[in-house]
Amino acid sequence: MLRRLLSALTAHAILAGYSLLVLFPILLVFLNSFKDQMAIFAEPLKPPTPETFSLDGYRTLLEVANFPRYFMNSLTVTVVAIFLIVFLGAMAGFALAEYRFRLNTFLGIYLALGIMVPIRLGTVGLLRMMAEWHLVNTLTALILVYTAMGLPLSVFILSRFFAQLPPDFKDAARVDGASEYRVFWMVLPLVRPALGTVAAISMIPIWNDLWFPLILAPSERTKTIVLGAQIFLGQFMNDWQAVLAALSLAMIPAVLLYLVFSKQLIRGLTAGAVK
Amino acid sequence: MKRKPFPWHLFVFLGPAVLVYTLFMIYPMVASLAFSLFQEGEGGRQVFVGLGNYVRLLTDPLWSEPFWNAFKNNVVFFLIHMTVQNPLALLFAALLATNIRGAWIYRTIIFTPAILSAVLIGFAWKLILSPTWGIWFPILDRLGLGDNEVAIALLGNESSALITLSLISVWQNVGIPMMLFLAALIRIPKELIEAAQVDGASGWRIFWQIQFPLILPTVGIVAILTFIGNFNAFDLIYATQGALAGPNFSTDIMGTFFFRTFFGFQLRPGDPHMGATVAGVMLLIILSGVILYLYGWQRRIEEVQY
Repeated sequence: MLRRLLSALTAHAILAGYSLLVLFPILLVFLNSFKDQMAIFAEPLKPPTPETFSLDGYRTLLEVANFPRYFMNSLTVTVVAIFLIVFLGAMAGFALAEYRFRLNTFLGIYLALGIMVPIRLGTVGLLRMMAEWHLVNTLTALILVYTAMGLPLSVFILSRFFAQLPPDFKDAARVDGASEYRVFWMVLPLVRPALGTVAAISMIPIWNDLWFPLILAPSERTKTIVLGAQIFLGQFMNDWQAVLAALSLAMIPAVLLYLVFSKQLIRGLTAGAVK
Repeated sequence: MKRKPFPWHLFVFLGPAVLVYTLFMIYPMVASLAFSLFQEGEGGRQVFVGLGNYVRLLTDPLWSEPFWNAFKNNVVFFLIHMTVQNPLALLFAALLATNIRGAWIYRTIIFTPAILSAVLIGFAWKLILSPTWGIWFPILDRLGLGDNEVAIALLGNESSALITLSLISVWQNVGIPMMLFLAALIRIPKELIEAAQVDGASGWRIFWQIQFPLILPTVGIVAILTFIGNFNAFDLIYATQGALAGPNFSTDIMGTFFFRTFFGFQLRPGDPHMGATVAGVMLLIILSGVILYLYGWQRRIEEVQY
């Protein structure tokens, strides 16, 4: 009994200790972003007090960089790309699971290639193509690339879920004269948890990507939040208040959103990843 | 019986996904590989040079030195993830799988940095480790390292920058393998473990003799995902050390080397043909890893299991 208690204590010590190591940097940045320059350096570990409280960093941020616009760009790109990844992925996954046809296995493998091979390695070809099509510095370019990046895993996961559905239901609908499209619409709600899983897995790398915004859409008009933050942080390296404010503003909404949806997200990640 | 009509619905269902994927993933990849076989000749004409660019990358000191440097650094980056991140993730997962109280809170917290951009994580750590701020110093003093130049500027010294950045990346990403291990551990039937407990086996023994062998497929998946992710990494290094991956290229990895080659840096103009060549080599590295995993690991695992 004592041994059991002791091992539980050790486990808690390890997990709690590491959790502190995770929270410390995030809290440190957040708390210091509300302090004046003096206090940031003199007493970095203390939370802001009425005397040291300052919003100068956030003020600089609002004057210099267009963060609302960057945020909207990120949101547009992520939402549209996720919709396409889930919807096109569901159609393709349904077809691969439902129909026996000659190219079925080949198409399955062809689409699965993209799970293992990073799309970044085609950047030289992508940039030339986007330049030729006048899509450089458009959000469309990012949406198309991210859709192509997310589709392989989406098709792979969704086809497995569609394959698990019992056939009776679909056959009954077909006997009643439903078209194949109608059958698809009818079974789509049945895989709703899987659709959520795919959306959750695909979202994080798209929202956080630096590479493609930097290369395909670096203009002021099309900057995403990550690229905007990266450029701002580089330029204002010596204005600690502004840098801390920028980091907080970019991190905190994501962390809050994550805490609210963590249950669904983590469940989705583990469910999808196992397959 | 009626003859089957032409399966138009197959085109409608599969067409959009296959089209987008082919146009924006497969075609650019193939185009980039083809592009790496050419070089710009007189008057901007494209001249076919076969594997000439690859030979140049591996033999011309102007190219081969930075290439091997980036490759070597990338191997170190990967090895640190394999020896620190993944065992740590396994430890956390094993502890969480014991149904410890508060497991949900721990795993939510430990996963948090993984949802944030490497740019933000990199910058936050850059501030925390900055000698200008010096939050680090009281701890150093206590450790008796108060005057140690390397410890004062971990990201500013050639000997420590790469290891420090690797550990920052571990700190950020350890939640991902932890989740994968945890999901695998939870699926192990409870009866197996209970039976061993009844027989008086210790937690340590149960883990190594029952749980670990059963999650070997996940161990392989984690290893290959780490490999692909590491040899394709870029954001963290670029955000903290810039395109030059300083100090003195000591943190240069394949991703930053590819970026510099393609876009140029300082006085050297970018070279898209050599950029495509570097991407070609990266593809080869990643494919070798994937093939080794599929044939060397997964197949053997299947033999053991069935």
